Amino acid sequence: MIEIVNLKKRFGKQQVLTGLSLRVFNKELVAVIGQSGGGKSVLLKHLIGIIRPDEGKILIEGVDITEVGGKELDSVREKFGVVFQEGALFDSFTIHENIAFPLREKTRMGKDEIDARVAQALEDVGLKEMGGKYPAEISGGMKRRVALARALITEPKIVLFDEPTTGLDPIISSSIHKLITKTHKKYGFTGLIISHEIPEIFEVADKIAMLYNGTIIETGPPEEFRHSDNPYVQQFISGSLEGPIELL
Amino acid sequence: MTIYDVTACIRLIGAWFLSLLRGLGHMFLFLLDALVTIFRPPFKFKMLMRQIRFLGSKSMVVILLTGSFTGMVLSLQIYYTLRKFGSEALLGPAVALSIIRELGPVLSALMVTGRAGSALTAEIGIMKITEQIDALTSMALNPIRYLIVPNIVAALIVFPLLTSIFDLIGIYGGYFVGVKLLGLSAGTYFSQMETFVKMEDIRAGLYKALSFGVIVSWVCCYKGYYTGYGAEGVSKATTSAVVMSSVLILIWDYFLGTVLLK
Repeated sequence: MIEIVNLKKRFGKQQVLTGLSLRVFNKELVAVIGQSGGGKSVLLKHLIGIIRPDEGKILIEGVDITEVGGKELDSVREKFGVVFQEGALFDSFTIHENIAFPLREKTRMGKDEIDARVAQALEDVGLKEMGGKYPAEISGGMKRRVALARALITEPKIVLFDEPTTGLDPIISSSIHKLITKTHKKYGFTGLIISHEIPEIFEVADKIAMLYNGTIIETGPPEEFRHSDNPYVQQFISGSLEGPIELL
Repeated sequence: MTIYDVTACIRLIGAWFLSLLRGLGHMFLFLLDALVTIFRPPFKFKMLMRQIRFLGSKSMVVILLTGSFTGMVLSLQIYYTLRKFGSEALLGPAVALSIIRELGPVLSALMVTGRAGSALTAEIGIMKITEQIDALTSMALNPIRYLIVPNIVAALIVFPLLTSIFDLIGIYGGYFVGVKLLGLSAGTYFSQMETFVKMEDIRAGLYKALSFGVIVSWVCCYKGYYTGYGAEGVSKATTSAVVMSSVLILIWDYFLGTVLLK
C-alpha cells in the first residue's frame, strides 16, 4: 500500500505541494489528474525518493521513505517499476538491452533466462521483432511500450506511470491504456498513473484523484468522480475556461 | 555614495561569495562521492572499456596531429633562437623538455577536453533531461557508479597514455624539422636529449597528465549531471564544462609547475 500524508514541498518561492494526502491500496490502480505544472510529476519523484519533501510522510508498505536513505531506500525502490514521461530508455542500449538491464544488474539470472523473459515481455507489449533496434529508431508509442516492458520485467509490486500517453495520437494512447489495463490484470501490481487524459483515464483506473493547488481535492471511483458536484472537478473534466480553476 | 549603497554592495559581494563557496562545495562532494564509489564493488568493467575507447582511442588522431605539429613548430622556433647563441646542439633537449614537462600534458588535456569532454557533458546532460538518470535511480542503481566512475577511471588510464604518445610524436616532429629540414645531426639531437632529460621530468609530466585526467572527467561529468533544462541547458553546460576544464588545467599546471614539481 502507498500512503502519502500531508506532503509539502516548496521550490524557491513556489509552494508546489501544500499538504497532499492520498492512499493507494494494494492492487488498486489510481490515476492522479490535474493541471500541467500542478505538481503531479513532483509527486511521483517524491514516491521514488528522487525529491525529498519539506514536510509529510510517504509510507510504502509501512516504510516511511522520507526517513530512510542508502540501502534501505534502495530496497524500497526495488519494489517499484517506473514508466517515465518520454520512456527514459537508455539511448546507447538496444530495446532488448534496455529491458534486460534491470534483470542483468539486480538479479543473478543467466543470459538464457534473461533472454527468454525479455522475449516474453516484448511479446506482451506487442513488439516481438523489435529487440535489436535502438530507441532512436522507434516511434514515441513504441518507446512507451518498451518502457512499460522494462518497468514490469522485474515483476514489481508497485508501478508508477508518469503521463504515459503524453504527446501520442488518440489511437496509440488508447492502445497504451489498454496495455496498462491488460498488464495490471496479468501482474496484479499496485499502480499510480499521473495523467490528464480525460475521459480515457476513467476507463483505466479504479480510482481517480484530482490534484489542485498542491493538494488532492477529490477522490473516488470513476463514475462517482464523473458526477461529482465539486466545481473544480467539473471544470477540469469539461475542459472549460469558465470556472474556479486559475490558469497556471 | 550613501551608507545604504555601501551596505548593499557588500551584501551583493557576500551573496556572490557564498554562492561560489556553495557551488565549489557541491562540486567537491560530487568528486568525493565518485572517488569513494570507485573502490566499492560491483565494478563496471564493460562501461570502463567503453569509456576508455571513447576518451582514448577516439582521441588518437587529434593527439597525433597536435603532437607532431607542436614538435615541428617548437623545433623551428627554438632552432633559430639557439642559433643566435651558437647552441643548436641543445635543440633536442630543449624540444624534449618543453614537450615532456609542459606542452605534452597540457595540450593533450586541452585537446581531449575539446574533443571528448564536451561530448561527455552533452551525453550525461541529455541523459539527465530525458530522465535516464532518474530511471537508473528508480531501479535502485547508483548513477554515479554507472556514469561517473567509469569516466574518471578511464581518464586516469587514458590521459597519461595519450600524453606519452603526444610526447613521443612531438619529439619526432622536432627531429623531422631539426634534423631533416634544418640539417642538425641526428646523433646530436638524441644524445643531448639523453644527457638532459631526467626520469623525474618524465614523471612530472605524467603526474600532471593524471591530475588533468581527474580535472577534465570531474568537471565535464559534474556539468552534465547538473545541467539546466532543455537544449539550452545542455548547451550552456557543455560550454561551461570546456571553459572551466581548460582554465583549471592551466591554473593547476602553473601550480604544479611552481609549487609541487620544481
